[in-house]
Amino acid sequence: MLDKSLRGKVAIVGVADTEVGVLPGRTPMEMGVEAALAAIADAGLEKGDIDGLATCNAMAQPMMYHAEATAEYLQIFPRYCIAAGAGGGTTFSIIHHAASAIATGMADVVVVAMADAMRSGLTRDQAMMVQASTGHPEFEQPYGPTVPAYYALIAQAHMAEFGTTQEQFAAIAVACRAHAARNPAAQMRDLISVEDVLESRMIADPLHLLDCSLVSDGGAAIVLTSAERAADMQHAPIYLLGAGEGHSHEHISAARNLTTSAAKEAGQRAFEMSGMRPADMDFAQLYDCFTPTVLVELEDLGFCEKGEGGAFVESGALMPGGSLPVNTHGGLLSHSHPGNPGSMFALTESVFQLRGDAGARQVVGSKNALVHAQGGIMSSHTALVLGTEAS
Amino acid sequence: MQRCEGCMAYQFYPRTICSHCGGQGLVWSKVSGRGRIKSFTIVRRGISRAYEAPYVLVLIDLEEGPCMMSSLVECDPDSVVVGALVSVAFQSWSSDIEMPVFKLV
Repeated sequence: MLDKSLRGKVAIVGVADTEVGVLPGRTPMEMGVEAALAAIADAGLEKGDIDGLATCNAMAQPMMYHAEATAEYLQIFPRYCIAAGAGGGTTFSIIHHAASAIATGMADVVVVAMADAMRSGLTRDQAMMVQASTGHPEFEQPYGPTVPAYYALIAQAHMAEFGTTQEQFAAIAVACRAHAARNPAAQMRDLISVEDVLESRMIADPLHLLDCSLVSDGGAAIVLTSAERAADMQHAPIYLLGAGEGHSHEHISAARNLTTSAAKEAGQRAFEMSGMRPADMDFAQLYDCFTPTVLVELEDLGFCEKGEGGAFVESGALMPGGSLPVNTHGGLLSHSHPGNPGSMFALTESVFQLRGDAGARQVVGSKNALVHAQGGIMSSHTALVLGTEAS
Repeated sequence: MQRCEGCMAYQFYPRTICSHCGGQGLVWSKVSGRGRIKSFTIVRRGISRAYEAPYVLVLIDLEEGPCMMSSLVECDPDSVVVGALVSVAFQSWSSDIEMPVFKLV
């Protein structure tokens, strides 16, 4: 019988980030191509070896045929070429697809490259338009919801249901900044305290400015190939051991539940494929567009019980040296958030960590990790389990 | 609000099929206009100049079952709590459109 599980069949063999932060004058296409070429070089390959390409459209440089345009720019001629769109969830969702494409023979070596210029490439009015493009045009947008406001609705519901506090949300921002302080590539590296978060400007109660992720320019890319081919590459392969998705709604007003997300199904499916449990993860990179998402994800992915996310965070578990370091590069809160490509940096960071190349922020001896991304308003979830051993 | 003739469930937003049973016999039905605050936020930085902050964005669990987003008007933002009872009011949006908003009961 055909083994349908992707476990251990595909590995990440090349990774690269561009510089991130405020990069005026750099187009998303230039940054995406830079990341792609650097990731191909990191794998020890030539661009002629690439027969698959997956990209994500850029807000600052939208294109109808984004993947084709990227292939043309690179002058590669793949047999698998696709641009996907699921907001912040695009990253790992398309990697799930790309891994399946390799397992089924659609491609041998796939580059996943994404970049955007949300900080410098959009005018203020365009940025507000991007924000206003979220939500139901007839039944949500007229009431003036901002992106932070949608997530504030989740935070407020969690507070009412479980007694979660603003201090506990703030502790997530503090942990991400503590990791970023050890990462020379991060956009924001000055340590912050819970008080700093609570004293920052209120954006949409209970979310303060420092509960919100950054707005950045930048891009990242990875190279995926089969486990067989990965064995001959210049870096030790980082295997995809589990992948799972969950999709529950588009509009927050239609969510099945405000405080339990489809990260739960995504996590269960990914862990089931991997044969591992949350306790086996040496670190986790969790989607942190706003602090409450991390808290809900910690619960839904099984790192703590539902309702206990606040206490878990307050224990210091997420901090450098904690029991579950989270967002070891600094996350969207402190490393960078160039829009939809944001969580690509969580993946490249995981590869640096699992290779043992993470410098001052190395989680010593780490072998297995979970990465998670979501798009929409907790709508489209993908979790991936990565590891240093295929079996 | 739409109601399914087959399973009698209400649904929001309107669509061509019942979100509970998949039936297509949907009719418009008068509703109570009452509900409870499921969650809320006080938007301190408005989405555009047309929206003067602060304003209160709410998710309302309607008495009939469905959830909808709306605005809570004529209230002290700092006194709003999850679970509070609300009832509908209508605000003019344009010369021919009125939007349902809510007030604390």
